[in-house]
Amino acid sequence: MDNKNKTQVIVVGAGPAGISAAITVAKAGKEVILIERGNFSGSKNMFGGAIYTQPTKEIFPDFETSAPLERNNIKHNYTILTEDESTSITYRDNTEHSNSYTVIRSKFDRWMSEEAKKAGVILVTQTVVRELIVENKKVVGVKTELEDYYADIVILADGVNSLLAKQIGLRKDFDPKDVALGIKEVIKIGKDKINERFNLKDNEGCITEIFGYPMLGQLGLGFMYTNKDTITLGLGITLSELISHKIKPYELLDKLKEHKTIAPLIEDGELIEYSAHLIPEGGYKKVPKLYDNGVMIVGDSASLVNNLHWEGTNLAMLSGKFAGETAIFSLDKNDFSKKTLSLYKKKLDKSFIMKDLKSYKDLMPIMHKQSKSFLDYYLRKINKFFKMFTETNSISKRNNFHKFIFETITERNIFELLKDGLHIIKLLWGILK
Amino acid sequence: MNIDDRLAKVKYVSDEETHLKINQEKCNNCEMKVCTYICPANVYEWNKKENKLTVNYENCLECGACRIACSEKCLEWQYPKGICGVTYKFG
Repeated sequence: MDNKNKTQVIVVGAGPAGISAAITVAKAGKEVILIERGNFSGSKNMFGGAIYTQPTKEIFPDFETSAPLERNNIKHNYTILTEDESTSITYRDNTEHSNSYTVIRSKFDRWMSEEAKKAGVILVTQTVVRELIVENKKVVGVKTELEDYYADIVILADGVNSLLAKQIGLRKDFDPKDVALGIKEVIKIGKDKINERFNLKDNEGCITEIFGYPMLGQLGLGFMYTNKDTITLGLGITLSELISHKIKPYELLDKLKEHKTIAPLIEDGELIEYSAHLIPEGGYKKVPKLYDNGVMIVGDSASLVNNLHWEGTNLAMLSGKFAGETAIFSLDKNDFSKKTLSLYKKKLDKSFIMKDLKSYKDLMPIMHKQSKSFLDYYLRKINKFFKMFTETNSISKRNNFHKFIFETITERNIFELLKDGLHIIKLLWGILK
Repeated sequence: MNIDDRLAKVKYVSDEETHLKINQEKCNNCEMKVCTYICPANVYEWNKKENKLTVNYENCLECGACRIACSEKCLEWQYPKGICGVTYKFG
């Protein structure tokens, strides 16, 4: 083995998970090479987006004063759209507390990678790892387009598609129902107009989750985030829905942009970027084997996403940290067997990451089964319910209420209603027990 | 909005050869042709005249949706070379 190409830890992929793993290893004084296929960290990445303050601090304690952040999200909208109606509720935090910030990934990930370099991480960009090198049932290195690199431990942070985890059999390919396609547009509006349209001041930000139209009855949600002078508008939809309904994803985005509740918010905006990315949504049951001899997988590569709570980058960062800590432990022990690396899984199991994924393990199967009710029928009913309080029709309130209740029960088969109820109880029980 | 107008806003460096290798024979026999509508960059287009699938790989956003959705599982999907493909300015 050529010693010049041998290091202690190789991390594949310089996104939130990979950078967190690498920085954790480097801070312990170990050698780590971080390999990124893009021109720079973040150049191939895309998310909604916002990063959460508390978990980011665990990796970068001072990020609020030094990282390139867009806006501090003080508002969170939940908006239910039907073809020609909408209902929104807004939570607003007027304290000094920060829950999340919108970021531009090409700036933020790049900043994270610079911080990693400062901590001693060797960052190699524009390099695709094509294959893992396996000897005697242990991952011993990586094959890139140019050279082979060897390491005691390889951490796979190569993202949602993780071809490398697949190569060594840690993971199978996704089923189209376990992965969502996210697409979005970055639209330039201008800071003043954004503040005016979203009722914000200075660098205050607003997140909007959009339920229903144009994906009524389908497993998909829209999203909108305010950046400094741009708005991000996009949607995520389960791939199997696109397949079975034969829909072009960007045509859905067109419909969302044209909805009368959304259109005024982006009026006169200029499209400055369009992007797409997959989101692993299989949940707990689809989390792959997380480690083997000489290798661990983190972040999206390991399907660590809690989609109901829009959590992904935080799970990526923390799983990266756990893998980094495990790497340090096994380097000190000079033992890279899967038995030693099982510490990584133990750390994940003990943390909220696996606990949460486990709590929500029934969510996606239920949503797949009952999407017509939870993502269509009830959304329409919620809009109709609020409509009752906006109009007077010279009919007594009692009669209006009776009619609403009667229709809610009769428009849908009673057994379906019962099924919905049972599913909700099952879900709540899974979360709260 | 036209997909081409959207893609015009994306920064790419094109490779000379495709990173998306199809199996034309299987594509000809494929009934679903899922790739022709699920792709967010409209990379795959069915050319009726020549009865074949064209792959505009230089428009690829590298998301991987086609790889998973292909009902024939005949797509050889790789990342573009290190210096090639999409570079997001925002992301």
